Amino acid sequence: MPPLSLTRLMLRDFRSYPALTAGFHGRIVVVAGENGVGKTNLLEAISLLGPGRGLRGARILEFGLHGPEGPLPWAAAGRFRGPSGEFDIGTGTPEGGPAERRVFRLDGQPAKSQADLAERVAAVWLTPQMDRLFQDGAGDRRRFLDRLVWALEPHHAREVAAYDNAMAQRNRLLAGERREGRAPDPAWLAALEDAMARHGVAAAAARRGLVGRLNAALEGGITGAFPAARLSLHCAVAAALDQAPALAVEDGLRAGWAAERGRDAAAGATLSGPHRADLGFTHVPKSLPAALCSTGEQKALLVAVVLAHAALIEQTRGFAPLLLLDEVAAHLDAPRREALFGALAALPAQAFLTGTDPAIFAPLRGWRRCSAPCPGRSFRMAIFPCRKPPESLYYG
Amino acid sequence: MIEHDPVEHLIGLLAKLPGLGRRSARRAVLRMLMQPEQAMLPLAAALRDAAAAVRRCRLCGNLDARDPCGICRDPNRDHGVICVVEGVAELWALERAHAHRGLYHVLGGTLSALGGIGPEDLAVQPLLARIAEGGVEEVILALPATVDGATTAHYLTDRLKPAGVPVTRLAQGVPMGGALDVLDEGTLAAALKARRAV
Ligand SMILES: [Zn+2]
Repeated sequence: MPPLSLTRLMLRDFRSYPALTAGFHGRIVVVAGENGVGKTNLLEAISLLGPGRGLRGARILEFGLHGPEGPLPWAAAGRFRGPSGEFDIGTGTPEGGPAERRVFRLDGQPAKSQADLAERVAAVWLTPQMDRLFQDGAGDRRRFLDRLVWALEPHHAREVAAYDNAMAQRNRLLAGERREGRAPDPAWLAALEDAMARHGVAAAAARRGLVGRLNAALEGGITGAFPAARLSLHCAVAAALDQAPALAVEDGLRAGWAAERGRDAAAGATLSGPHRADLGFTHVPKSLPAALCSTGEQKALLVAVVLAHAALIEQTRGFAPLLLLDEVAAHLDAPRREALFGALAALPAQAFLTGTDPAIFAPLRGWRRCSAPCPGRSFRMAIFPCRKPPESLYYG
Repeated sequence: MIEHDPVEHLIGLLAKLPGLGRRSARRAVLRMLMQPEQAMLPLAAALRDAAAAVRRCRLCGNLDARDPCGICRDPNRDHGVICVVEGVAELWALERAHAHRGLYHVLGGTLSALGGIGPEDLAVQPLLARIAEGGVEEVILALPATVDGATTAHYLTDRLKPAGVPVTRLAQGVPMGGALDVLDEGTLAAALKARRAV
């Protein structure tokens, strides 16, 4: 079965691109060039063809190329080949609509929801910003995990959003009590805590399921020459699911939140629940937590997780996510880099790699490739293995 | 644009209506102006009549020329079953689907702490009062499958508990985030038929 792949990308007034048409008839696409030539913008555009806010987590107003009167309306469109044939996904500013909105089109028709896209495409990325993943707060690690879960279960994002929504409403009611000294309606609070329990347990169960399956895949040596990583989910709700069925865990959460209203009102926040989950990484050969590893080892651990994840998604859903690896190869030593290229060659997934130094991609040279200089752009794009003669790349 | 130009004024009013943009409003006005006697004066009269006659039903909150409304007056309907809906649009959608043979209760929204809509802003007390009068054998909660819809349904279930009336909810099949008035009639009828106790 052919892997899910992006065969053509068209951009209009997106970030640094007034216009672009690029064809990718291959599995590994390398974009090499100096900093600031638009390599990450290209990956970001690809990441926006799936659900979510893309690999920078940016706001919609940041996407448009800046014209004299602010950001221009922008559009990104991709043609994909997947297990069920060809399809087109487009996204951008609605025609004649407000610049802060973003709409999706699937095969030319308006997509009803982002879940429609999640059924067709998935993308997972590693970016230089994620080097801080092991130092920063739990929120970034939780979002990293949620994106991995999302690629496996298209409904996960909705569960997390519904949980966050219900929790925000509970916090608002409790804050009203503090401000106005008026006790909020207990039946209303109970109704919100019920929604939190249902959506929170669903989200925690999905995270727990993915961590378990990823660990099994990593133990099975799926990552080849990469150091095996072990993931641990630190979440009281997920731990409770080890001991009791989901419905009992939901009941326990409802009772717990009902009992903690006074404490949470005083704190101005809900202090317990799946929104407090954290993801731990362990370097298995050294049995060291990732926070204590070197930067290069941390990068290798993340690569191991992403490769194992891609293989898992492929087994489960029949297509692997697109891998967007921004400046990843540069951080690896030469043997690991070769291991990465070997692993990418073996995976049934399409990968996009960027780097400033074309020389680091030298091990891919044995493959038949096509490459094209990009007029007006100081980077080159190389596509491996090349199934079609070089398609022109147009840059405006 | 000339000030108080009657044509522009009319287009402006029509363009504010849901489903009509400025472009469709202009087309509609142009068509009407071709035959003002046949197309405009009857419309003006119909608008005047509807504005004067239609009001909110004091029992269920429906909009109708009679109060109580035609549904509440209909002796052939099952007065023991009340279907609670978010708004009149959902009531009309269920009527179009011929899915419900009982009465309705329009809440006027759903609970939203973030939107500042609390129980006192909704027709919750009137619902409890209707049930306290007796004769109600089942309350069906036909609320949207959103967080706010589910929260409202949970809240009402809690408040209805002391009355001892069985409460049911629409079956799955109403997609999460789905507004009832955009669902097709078959889906609505199936969801209502397969309702479950809460
Ligand atoms: Zn009525």
